[in-house]
Amino acid sequence: MANGKAQSGGLDDAGLLARLRAGDEDAFATLVERHSPAMLRVASAYVPSRAVAEEVVQETWLAAMRGLDGFEGRSSLRTWLFGILTNLAMKGGAKERRSAPFSALAAAEPDRPAVEPERFLPEDHERWPGHWALPPSRWPTPEEGLLGGEVREVVLAAIEALPAAQRTVIALRDVEGWSAEEVCEALDISAGNQRVLLHRARSTVRAAIERYHGAVERPPASAGVTDRAPGGTKGRGN
Amino acid sequence: MSASDPNRGDELACRELVELVTDYLEGALPPAERERFETHLTECPFCTEYVEQMRAVSGSLGSLPEPALPPERREELLSAFRDLFSR
Repeated sequence: MANGKAQSGGLDDAGLLARLRAGDEDAFATLVERHSPAMLRVASAYVPSRAVAEEVVQETWLAAMRGLDGFEGRSSLRTWLFGILTNLAMKGGAKERRSAPFSALAAAEPDRPAVEPERFLPEDHERWPGHWALPPSRWPTPEEGLLGGEVREVVLAAIEALPAAQRTVIALRDVEGWSAEEVCEALDISAGNQRVLLHRARSTVRAAIERYHGAVERPPASAGVTDRAPGGTKGRGN
Repeated sequence: MSASDPNRGDELACRELVELVTDYLEGALPPAERERFETHLTECPFCTEYVEQMRAVSGSLGSLPEPALPPERREELLSAFRDLFSR
């Protein structure tokens, strides 16, 4: 998933760390390349701009470099790095950085249903309460796979538009390939909290792809423009 | 809610299912819930499609580009590293 380009890329963090302590510059470069993407993603949850996120990551590496002697290896290198990162992200230059822990950022984000309620039959429906009224249609499968061409742009835009905590979690889990435990540890959030954020993020991205494919009629009652012909699939559910 | 409807019994409605999908895919549903979930899927092609879409979304994002530190910043770090270790 990540990179393997640098020569020392075959080593794990512990191996690289040993070389690092001996002053091996390549090992340091590899670690920077390996961990910076995720560090940038997490920093971005705390700070308003990409430029500030880069600064925070930069400062983290500098602090790590200088504090290397103090790292005893009781936790993983990644845990240690992200601990430094979140501390720096939360303070220093305080105006640009949010002083709330990740769990607080997450709690402040809007909570929406995974699918608009109008897509389902009402709870008092005689035969099929809560069942699909406007079900999902199968997506076309392009040759390039799910994320070919324009869909890729739609997905990227959808992820960028996510609230920060949701964006961070889906990026770490589904783009970077971290496990749930790794995410919870780095962000200091509970398993349940992590799942909620992941759920909202994935639901939003799925909905964006669905809209792109036009794979369902927009419910007539929804806010916004309806440019579709009347008498669509409204009565399907009964 | 659904529990009070005598016709529904233990049945999961689609609208509830879509909120449980991530828990399901993460293996976080307790056994009884998972069974209700899977039973519903065997009877509901729409929810089956929905779950597949969620699965496809999560499985496909690995090909997206990841952010990186720009070269100038990497160079600064390497330079600082060199300074630190040349003492």
